[in-house]
Amino acid sequence: MGKSNDTSAGTGGISGELIRRFQAIVGDDAVLSATDELLVYECDGYVVEKKLPDVVLFPGSTDQVVEIVLACNEFDVPFVPRGAGTSLAGGCLPVGGGVMITLTRMKEILEVNLQDRFAVVEPGLVNLHLTQHLAGTGFHYAPDPSSQGACTIGGNVATNSGGPHTLKYGVTVNHVLGLEVVMPDGRLVELGGATEGLAGYDLTGLFVGSEGTFGICTKVMVRLTRDPVAYRTMLGIFETVGDATRAISSIIGEGIIPAALEMMDQGIVEAVEAAYGFGFPLDAAAVLLMEVDGLEVAVDEEARRIVEICDQAGAREVRRAETQEERQLLWKCRKQAFGAIGRLSPSYCTQDGVVPRTKLPEILEFITAAGERHGVRIVNVFHAGDGNIHPILLFDERDKEQIARVFSASDEILGKCIDLGGSVTGEHGIGVEKISFMDRLFSSDDLEVMGRVRAAFNPKGRCSPAKMLPVAGACGMEHIERSHPGKQAAP
Amino acid sequence: MSGPLAETEGAPPAGGSIDYGRFLDCVHCGLCTAACPTYLETGNENDSPRGRIYLMRGVVDRRVGLTDNVRHHLDLCLDCRSCETACPSGVEYGRLIEPFRIDMKGSRAVGWFERFVLHGLFPYPRRLKWALAPMRWLQLLRVDSVARWLCLDRLLPGTLGRMYRLLPRLKPVAARLPEVLPAVGKRRARVGLFTGCVGDVMFSHTNQATARVLQANGCEVVVPRQQVCCGAIHYHSGAAEPALEMARCNVAAFPEDLDAVILNVAGCGAMLKDYGQMAAEATLKDTAMCESLAGFASRVKDISEFLVELGPRPPLGEVAWRATYHDACHLAHAQGIREAPRKLMEMVPGLELVTLPESDICCGAAGSYNLTEAEMSDRLAKRKVNNILSTGADVVISGNAGCTLQLQAALRQQRRSLQVVHPVDVLDLSYNTSNAAD
Ligand SMILES: Cc1cc2nc3c(=O)[nH]c(=O)nc-3n(C[C@H](O)[C@H](O)[C@H](O)COP(=O)(O)OP(=O)(O)OC[C@H]3O[C@@H](n4cnc5c(N)ncnc54)[C@H](O)[C@@H]3O)c2cc1C
Ligand code: SF4
Ligand code: SF4
Repeated sequence: MGKSNDTSAGTGGISGELIRRFQAIVGDDAVLSATDELLVYECDGYVVEKKLPDVVLFPGSTDQVVEIVLACNEFDVPFVPRGAGTSLAGGCLPVGGGVMITLTRMKEILEVNLQDRFAVVEPGLVNLHLTQHLAGTGFHYAPDPSSQGACTIGGNVATNSGGPHTLKYGVTVNHVLGLEVVMPDGRLVELGGATEGLAGYDLTGLFVGSEGTFGICTKVMVRLTRDPVAYRTMLGIFETVGDATRAISSIIGEGIIPAALEMMDQGIVEAVEAAYGFGFPLDAAAVLLMEVDGLEVAVDEEARRIVEICDQAGAREVRRAETQEERQLLWKCRKQAFGAIGRLSPSYCTQDGVVPRTKLPEILEFITAAGERHGVRIVNVFHAGDGNIHPILLFDERDKEQIARVFSASDEILGKCIDLGGSVTGEHGIGVEKISFMDRLFSSDDLEVMGRVRAAFNPKGRCSPAKMLPVAGACGMEHIERSHPGKQAAP
Repeated sequence: MSGPLAETEGAPPAGGSIDYGRFLDCVHCGLCTAACPTYLETGNENDSPRGRIYLMRGVVDRRVGLTDNVRHHLDLCLDCRSCETACPSGVEYGRLIEPFRIDMKGSRAVGWFERFVLHGLFPYPRRLKWALAPMRWLQLLRVDSVARWLCLDRLLPGTLGRMYRLLPRLKPVAARLPEVLPAVGKRRARVGLFTGCVGDVMFSHTNQATARVLQANGCEVVVPRQQVCCGAIHYHSGAAEPALEMARCNVAAFPEDLDAVILNVAGCGAMLKDYGQMAAEATLKDTAMCESLAGFASRVKDISEFLVELGPRPPLGEVAWRATYHDACHLAHAQGIREAPRKLMEMVPGLELVTLPESDICCGAAGSYNLTEAEMSDRLAKRKVNNILSTGADVVISGNAGCTLQLQAALRQQRRSLQVVHPVDVLDLSYNTSNAAD
């Protein structure tokens, strides 16, 4: 690599001695310390807050991660792990600067065991690459976040990622059997394992979703899921959002567990149609994308029941994807929906909230009203089956006053989610973005217990400081003022 | 630490002329990263599309200077446009990196290699033919194999040595195609054939095959003598003016009443299809010229694309190969052509088409990249060859001359005897065998 050292170093908080130490551990080409190369690491998918790390490292092995962490402890500097940086909550923001440990060079598939249905992978492996690697074996890795083409398994573990198909198959925690973790003090531990029903605390479950605050995972043992034999994919078209949500509740109420149950409202359909020309009706208030999978005999019956339920709920029409191409196009429309939003507005900001499924009509009404109150256009696309909503607020980032209104509307919507018995994040995590909601979500006792759990893993608070819990870690949290939401990607 | 780092106040920064909205189109989601060959290799976000956009924007915003590091990460971009395929927000990355590079060039002296070889030799088939003549002789006498075997080729200075190693076993240059070739049977279309420059010298047999296949499909084929290089080598290395001049010549060379202008080199195809945009970018005052460039561009078709649209005559002769298809970037990403060549190959009796892992990740050829960014080019070639070998295929099919050169060289280096052919070569073979059997 043709690197130059003439740039003013960005390593403000880090001594030359520590840099040399890192170079000795990982090699010169795995250390970035010049400002011009650190710049892209100042934020992840959440662009509202930015902070340059002092140094970025690309370890190639668990041993190197251990040595890096030991050195960080010795020199008393904070560190934060990073995967692909697709976090939408600022999970990778290096609050207080310090060392960013990027795991993208640790991406091997170490073992695939079809008999016992597990695989052992390194954390930097891209989610989709695992499923691609398994193609033809009859198995796949079930969690499929919309970002699966880029995000890493390690990042999925840290954020307990979900996706459209987690309604039936569960989120990441249901698919992680074991972990190898470099603890914040540099010790190496193995949590869980291939056999079911291990004795002791379920620390694997505890680690999954800890957003980098419990240490750095360096190996993941994931469960492999059998490919379904058959699918039926349907598109329900509804005159009102109320009818659509009634259909959702009845489907789940009947005991049918669709592989996926997704809803798009009129605004988003308009954008998707412009982008992909699937043939969505532009005058319908909501469309439901529904998929059942399983054995050939069972799916037809389930599909028939779903069509019936939709009809009863007042659907205008239920279409079926007749071919594999049609199914793929439908999914493309859903998974790439946000890409199309650029056609509606120069900037947008996606929110991520959860409400009990039965409260969907209520929250949607509230969202519409909040939009009107603040003069912000809001479109909706979400994982309806599990009540995970993604209102997308459209605005122009050059207009400061509009931005303020977007913030107010967002905060009100998330507040309402909490009031309805839900949460402020379904899958994107708390990161730094939603830290201020924590004391509304939890009692001070709840937070205190969580703080103690974190202290057990991360007593000095050097690992991912100022994430997840409102109590700052050992390093002062240089909270950068929330200035504008920028244009943000939606899931 | 995040304050502006402007090099010089006053002078506009590189990329300053790029419509700033294009930077804002990027929502920084990162979904493109794993589609980027260089990022797959280095894992460094500075070598990813999101990172490069951030760097360019950083330079425009004067948050970073155009430092050696920044140049390095931008130079390492293959311009393969895999990121455009991956980006759900429709960011047109090529429209950022290309003008940015043009600006970057402006602030750096042009090297000898670029001036004499890339710009002075490559675009001119006749000069190239002469330059390659000694090679043909050496190859004929097998001197080159001995030299290669003795590793004497390593003694050639850097870039020249690489060029030498890239050279395929040169087939004798086929006789020049006549200016007009009649359709076989009922005439279904009248098309122009773009023969390319490097392609015409090194792969003249593929041009011949293309003409025959077109004729066999009822096309009258016109091969204008006045056509010149597509201009891609210049355009992509930032020399916009000469590229535009070549575009003008080509528009003048091909009669306006042709149903299509056909190519078999994906790189040139992407360039010709881009003439309209190129004119717009150059802010041409001459609106009539802009229109005729755009009109020409709209008639340009890759051979596979054209045949599938036309409805190909079924190939009946058996071609019993186990083959795998490599997606040339300039076909898959720049032109969105993925299915057409596969459809054609699936029609050929006896041909077993095996899926190539990472088929649309760049092989590292990327125009002159294999000469200018040698290390990364080699890494990507190796990655590609490993994927190819994993399929157990005997033949690799690819629709771009640059990829073919790169793949042949990489396979040769690993002492593998796989053939690399163009889809149209396969079709031609199948038609010929069935004709022979008739
Ligand atoms: C367009 C888009 C769509 C999305 N759709 C979904 C969706 O459908 N479902 C969903 O759940 N999420 C979604 N996300 C959010 C994001 O992709 C996920 O949170 C993903 O799991 C992050 O993976 P990553 O590799 O990018 O991690 P990063 O963004 O790099 O990191 C995320 C967090 O994990 C920590 N971390 C990373 N690696 C490790 C490790 N090895 N050990 C410990 N901690 C680590 C980081 O410190 C950070 O806190 C989406 C994001 C985008 C941009
Ligand atoms: S180029 Fe597209 S995919 Fe890549 S970060 Fe920007 S918006 Fe996302
Ligand atoms: S053009 Fe290719 S090499 Fe360049 S950023 Fe895009 S994907 Fe990467």
